[in-house]
Amino acid sequence: MSDTLLDIRNLRIALNGENDKQVVKGLNLSIEPGQTMCLVGESGSGKSLSALATMGLLPPVLTPLSGSSIKLKGEELLTASPNRLRELRATSMSMIFQEPMTALNPVARVGQQIEEVLEFHSDLSASDRRKRVIEMMEQVHLPDVDKMYRSFPHQLSGGQRQRIMIAMALVMRPQLLIADEPTTALDVTTQAQILSLIRELREEQGAAVLFITHDMGVVSEIADDVTVLKLGEVMESQPVETLLRRPQTDYTRDLLQSVPSQVPRMARDGVSTDVVLATDDLCKTYGGGGLFSKSREVKAARDVSIKLMKGRTLGIVGESGSGKSTVARCIMRLIDPTSGAIMVGGKDIATMSQKELKPQRKNIQIVFQDPMRSLNPRIEVGQSIIEGPLNFGVPRSQAMDRARELLELVGLPASAVDRFPHQFSGGQRQRIAIARALAMDPDVLVADEAVSALDVSVQAQVLDLLAELQERLGLGILFITHDLGVAAQICDEVLVMQHGRVVEYGPAGQVLGAPQQDYTKALISAAPGRHWDFANFRPFAEAP
Amino acid sequence: MTDQMTSVAPPDRISPLTKVREIVTSSPLVLIAAIILVIIVLSALFAPWVVPHDPVRLTPSVRLKPPSEEFWLGTDAYGRDLFSRIIYGGRISLVVGVAAAVFAVIFGLLLGLLAGYIRWIDAVLMRMVDGLMAIPSILLAIAIVSLWGASLWTVLVAITIPEVPRVVRLVRSLVLSAREEPYVEAAIAAGSSTALIMRRHLVPNTIAPLIIQGTYICASAILTEAILSFLGAGINPETPSWGNIMAEGRIYFQINPGIVLWPGLVVSVAILSINLLGDAVRDALDPRMAKRGIER
Repeated sequence: MSDTLLDIRNLRIALNGENDKQVVKGLNLSIEPGQTMCLVGESGSGKSLSALATMGLLPPVLTPLSGSSIKLKGEELLTASPNRLRELRATSMSMIFQEPMTALNPVARVGQQIEEVLEFHSDLSASDRRKRVIEMMEQVHLPDVDKMYRSFPHQLSGGQRQRIMIAMALVMRPQLLIADEPTTALDVTTQAQILSLIRELREEQGAAVLFITHDMGVVSEIADDVTVLKLGEVMESQPVETLLRRPQTDYTRDLLQSVPSQVPRMARDGVSTDVVLATDDLCKTYGGGGLFSKSREVKAARDVSIKLMKGRTLGIVGESGSGKSTVARCIMRLIDPTSGAIMVGGKDIATMSQKELKPQRKNIQIVFQDPMRSLNPRIEVGQSIIEGPLNFGVPRSQAMDRARELLELVGLPASAVDRFPHQFSGGQRQRIAIARALAMDPDVLVADEAVSALDVSVQAQVLDLLAELQERLGLGILFITHDLGVAAQICDEVLVMQHGRVVEYGPAGQVLGAPQQDYTKALISAAPGRHWDFANFRPFAEAP
Repeated sequence: MTDQMTSVAPPDRISPLTKVREIVTSSPLVLIAAIILVIIVLSALFAPWVVPHDPVRLTPSVRLKPPSEEFWLGTDAYGRDLFSRIIYGGRISLVVGVAAAVFAVIFGLLLGLLAGYIRWIDAVLMRMVDGLMAIPSILLAIAIVSLWGASLWTVLVAITIPEVPRVVRLVRSLVLSAREEPYVEAAIAAGSSTALIMRRHLVPNTIAPLIIQGTYICASAILTEAILSFLGAGINPETPSWGNIMAEGRIYFQINPGIVLWPGLVVSVAILSINLLGDAVRDALDPRMAKRGIER
């Protein structure tokens, strides 16, 4: 027991301290120095709350029940005084969060923000403090450290900000680092760098890491041991190899099998020659105008030409800022393209007026990323679904009957028409959004990161639904995603974008299987867990 | 299917009456404010039955009397009963307050919707709004009244116009953020007309903030009306209003200070009550305020 760093015993957290409202139900966990423990689970599993409880940062309405114990080097944290906790938070344990954009003070220089930690918790002199900060910033591989020290958060990229957060967390050399989804908001290439940084620092400083994530790919990259949580209950706790090869519970098995594999789907034959959507040299430039001063031009999309056949799926893949969503929004004419043609249903809609456009809207519909915001919270689901058909003169009762049919088609009860969006989970809302899009009988469905906000098991269900609908209705799907695994699973063709340019475009098997361009190769090699075939519980290298 | 239908009762389905009761009883202070307002409104509404004397009858024999059993708050320089005048004065003040709030909200909502949703209107309209906001509202109101002469309508217009820009800005900012919501974009993609999008998806987002803003406008309109009357730029002095009772009493302040103090007190209490109620409504309707208790 003596070398256990963090020891969580029977941790139960309940809303308002009421026994029947437990959100964490008896978590046991112990971490030794130098060990990385991954806490894995879907939303609502209680993984973040467990971490917050360790840091003493639980919101007041959530309280640990009696009998719970969290010990750091033998010292009980749940009963520690706020002052003692504050001291421990800097010197013995520290935490990094998911959102590097909001975790830093926007009006203070980043160097000073790191230094502040030393100011409060050490008696180093000002020059020693600064030296230590510079050292730390070098250790997290920030470029041009002297200049970086004086930068404000908005001048740094997301990855750099997360490095600052890590530097801040590690500057007092804590023995325990808690990382709560630290790479979820980052692009894959940045994610890979941050993961290797955390690994490297753990080895250098000998710290233990409690790493919270929902992503099995990340788990396979970084974990020594894994604890799987579901709705507050521990499903299993295993060394990572054992867990990935021989999961003990059905839940873990399902979770692993839902992980989209990086292997591109088999090419489908019987290619239709019906082009349902095509763009020709589509460009979108922001800025450049301005009455008094010329603002800087940003070319969000340059010369994008795509061709989507009936019943096929074209994926647009890229990191944030690559212009993939700009292309989708231009195609939907939610923004006006600067130049180029967009052919939908045999007509060029790129330059149509809103009035001419209206009859064409029927042919192309969109599903958005955020299931919480894609339905008007104030109107019943049925009303949302029939809004489009009503605009095209379908009688209300007929549209409503169709809405019920569609809800059943997407796997929801027909009675859902009378309910409000907040009565549904994220995955269910995404199904409703799909039903709304289908109500118009479109030829083309644009899915703009439509599964990115969903838990992995729900994501797999929605992807299956899309594939099934495509089969049945002959939809052409334009699938925008940052996730190569998802793209590999669902797309026939893939187009890779970077900085508004098309990097590579071709059949999925070719682009993802044998990429020609360096950028595509970099993207693929940065994807976490690419060596592991989760669905078959073995590394790809061992595949027969 | 692993994700099952949740059976959570929808929290926004409680009846408006329950909501009102919830707001009013949210704190003792709000309850007191609500009771005071109800008394002021009812007494103004039923003034002819409430008042002991005719508020405009001149009785030179009882000029500037201190409070007595017959004249509860004393009399003014023309021997009119002060209590009756204050009750009647409430009619003007309340009409002006409520009407100014309603008109300012209606015009502000219409203009704010246009500004928030249609780019070229935004550029033009917001510059006009900026210009209007640069003029102190009292000065603007005095200018309007002196231009068209004092009457209930001009006073109302004079009080409403300076309030509209603030509503326009509020609605515009709400619309600007609401129009970025995916459900609005989905409606655009579904071919919905601009009018339908505004009515169904944008206006509902503005209702709660507008109710709150409306209560503040109501309070400030009552105050502005009193100021205009006090300055002699209000409705004509024969009709009692809280402002012109004070204006007339000003020169007799040393003889009977009650003529200024009592209406002043009523104005203050009324405005304070409306503002308190406005705060309570804001706390109840603004989800961010409601959630703060849970998250912090």
